[in-house]
Amino acid sequence: MKKRLLALVMAGALTLGLLAGCGNDGGGKTGGETSPSPSASTPASPSASTPAEPSAPVEPSAPVEPSSAASGTFKIGGVGPLTGDAAIYGQAAMNGAQIAVDEINALGGAVQFEFKPEDDVADGETSVNAYNNLMDWGMQALVGPVTTGAAISVSAKLYEERVFGLTPSASSTDVISGKDNVYQVCFTDPNQGVASADYISENLAGSKVAVIYRNDDAYSQGIRDTFVKQAESKGLEVVYEGTFTKDTQTDFSVQLTGAQSAGATVLFLPIYYQPASVILNQANQMGYAPTFFGVDGMDGILTMEGFDTSLAEGVMLLTPFSADAEDAQTQSFVAKYQEKHGETPNQFAADGYDAVYIIYAALNAAGCTGDMSAEEICEALVGVMTSISVDGLTGQGMTWSATGEVSKAPRAVVIKDGVYVTP
Amino acid sequence: MKKNMGRLGRLKKTTKVDFATYLGVTAAFIVVSMLRDQGVLTRSLTGMLVPICCYIVMAVSLNLTVGILGELSLGHAGFMSVGAFTGVITAMSLQSAIPFAPVRLAVAMIVGALFAGVAGLIVGVPVLRLRGDYLAIVTLAFGEIIKELINCLLVGYDAKGLHIAFNISGSLTIDDLNMAEGGIAIIKGAQGATGTTTIASFGAGFVLIMLSLVIILNLVRSRSGRAIMALRDNRIAAESVGINITKYKLMAFITSAALAGAAGALYGLNYSNLAASKFDFNTSILVLVYVVLGGLGNIWGSIIAAAVLYILPEALREFSDYRMLVYAIVLILVMLATNNPTIKGLFARLREKLTRGRKAEAKGGGR
Repeated sequence: MKKRLLALVMAGALTLGLLAGCGNDGGGKTGGETSPSPSASTPASPSASTPAEPSAPVEPSAPVEPSSAASGTFKIGGVGPLTGDAAIYGQAAMNGAQIAVDEINALGGAVQFEFKPEDDVADGETSVNAYNNLMDWGMQALVGPVTTGAAISVSAKLYEERVFGLTPSASSTDVISGKDNVYQVCFTDPNQGVASADYISENLAGSKVAVIYRNDDAYSQGIRDTFVKQAESKGLEVVYEGTFTKDTQTDFSVQLTGAQSAGATVLFLPIYYQPASVILNQANQMGYAPTFFGVDGMDGILTMEGFDTSLAEGVMLLTPFSADAEDAQTQSFVAKYQEKHGETPNQFAADGYDAVYIIYAALNAAGCTGDMSAEEICEALVGVMTSISVDGLTGQGMTWSATGEVSKAPRAVVIKDGVYVTP
Repeated sequence: MKKNMGRLGRLKKTTKVDFATYLGVTAAFIVVSMLRDQGVLTRSLTGMLVPICCYIVMAVSLNLTVGILGELSLGHAGFMSVGAFTGVITAMSLQSAIPFAPVRLAVAMIVGALFAGVAGLIVGVPVLRLRGDYLAIVTLAFGEIIKELINCLLVGYDAKGLHIAFNISGSLTIDDLNMAEGGIAIIKGAQGATGTTTIASFGAGFVLIMLSLVIILNLVRSRSGRAIMALRDNRIAAESVGINITKYKLMAFITSAALAGAAGALYGLNYSNLAASKFDFNTSILVLVYVVLGGLGNIWGSIIAAAVLYILPEALREFSDYRMLVYAIVLILVMLATNNPTIKGLFARLREKLTRGRKAEAKGGGR
């Protein structure tokens, strides 16, 4: 008994050596909550007429008083999962932010940024630790956290301690509600559900909709809730709803058969691209071909390894950013990102990039100086956030309400010949 | 003076160690509080104080099950989860009834401990009657079950009281609770508890550590504690002298679960967002590692291991991505250092020399 116990304990400890090696890896392993709720943004028109100069995108074309532009060196912190299951999101956002910082510093203007990303493994507890660590470093404004659960924990601290926070991609309303100094670059989950329902009822009128969503995931559940509510008020007919969980996301034949026999012509998938790829594959085998409609979680399906992109032909999705967009601003960003990191940036990278430019624009509008404390900068930025307008990769003319929600035009794209095209 | 020394000398070794533990924890608390008040402590350390307290209580209470009772529990985080969520519900719904935060925190911790204790009873009664490693398997499953259950839980509070819905189909939302105007959503299914008012404090953490130390050390040194350890060392012999196995096993296991619940409540009230997935298998193993590295059955070892191993990954942030590697290496080194016979022998010889020297001195003084 004792020997066996010891053996078990040792085995457990060794396992931990691997697991906890990642610093209380609370990681997404367990699904739901870590929900790296991807930026809930709706597509922004990347086909914009932005100047070729990559650093020009952010011009506070706002009715802000022509206050003296900001000057000095600002310390910007970043918090996101750089390791663990959700690392792909955090790394992209932080890489994007770093590119924006480098661009601004290369301008040689009065404003210089110091940027320090910290890892939070998408866990609230570690995220607060990372935030405190950055405060020790002397952070004056925060880009992050990237994931929703972590962002809710940190935003409470931000509010308490009056530090300005701008999250690239934490899309839940809980992140910003009741906090006047926390803003989002991405759309909120509810907005995404509403925008999807609006889009389908306007452009695919008279269609019968089936929804397949993951009910142990806050992101998926949140979009589904608002989608169904909005669909009802728009007179859109939802004929079938199928659910799955983290453990059952490898087989969807039951849900697909249900949707097919209910006569659904549009299949709404507020889920991530990994399970969506399985759905597309199985629907193809069944010979069931409705219009697939995804949200930003679908972004990434074209670059997924081992996935036949011809299956995604005709899939519609709401996404804020497309690396294939033709405008100079996107092109220049994608080129830089590929050169530096050897891969095509996803929307998180674009969100992170935009976040830095938004802070840059706000600092300029408020005329902050580098020697101001985090608290002073926070109050100054809160004063101008509602009046600035920023043209970024994820949206033209982004403006913010006092609640912290972004307002930008939602837009859908359709996949054609392996790239996103505006329908 | 000499008399006092004599009395101290006459105390049993275990009693001395116990008092040293109390004293050490109190001293650490006073020093850290003073440093914090003077602003010497970095913010990153200040922010870690409450979670460290929680993990210390977790480690100490798990040590009761693993080290002293000798049963392996792999679901200690499950009890923490029960305590955390019941504690959050209690604190949030008593907001107007008990406006004074420390009292509300205490009530929340008591409720958390009670519920976790009941969960411990439910798990323990059938399992602790069995021989073998069943407890490990069942507690492992328990942790996962609790996580899934809380993922389905919707809880809100309004003027009429608590509204609870169990969202098995996945189609319910917080609106289905039909709360009156001004109601607050406390637990939102997979999102967990969001918007919690954070009332946890380092002082409360210290009180909780002291309480768990008093409870556990007194239990261990009592008649019941000796029965529990007899069970661990030789079950058949213990049974033959008439020790009621299930009773004593349950006593240790439920105490351990209840303390984990209180720690969970403190933890839950330290963060404005708390999802059930936080308390997964990894967290259970993390606490188990604190216990193993601190030494099975060694209470003060657990305290030190929990504090050091919690700070370590944060202190290693300098190394950025390599910190996991460094952390793993440190774990292996500590394991080696505490279990290596050569090093152990070295320590034993040192101690022997010291005690012999002291004895000789005492003899010399006597003449």
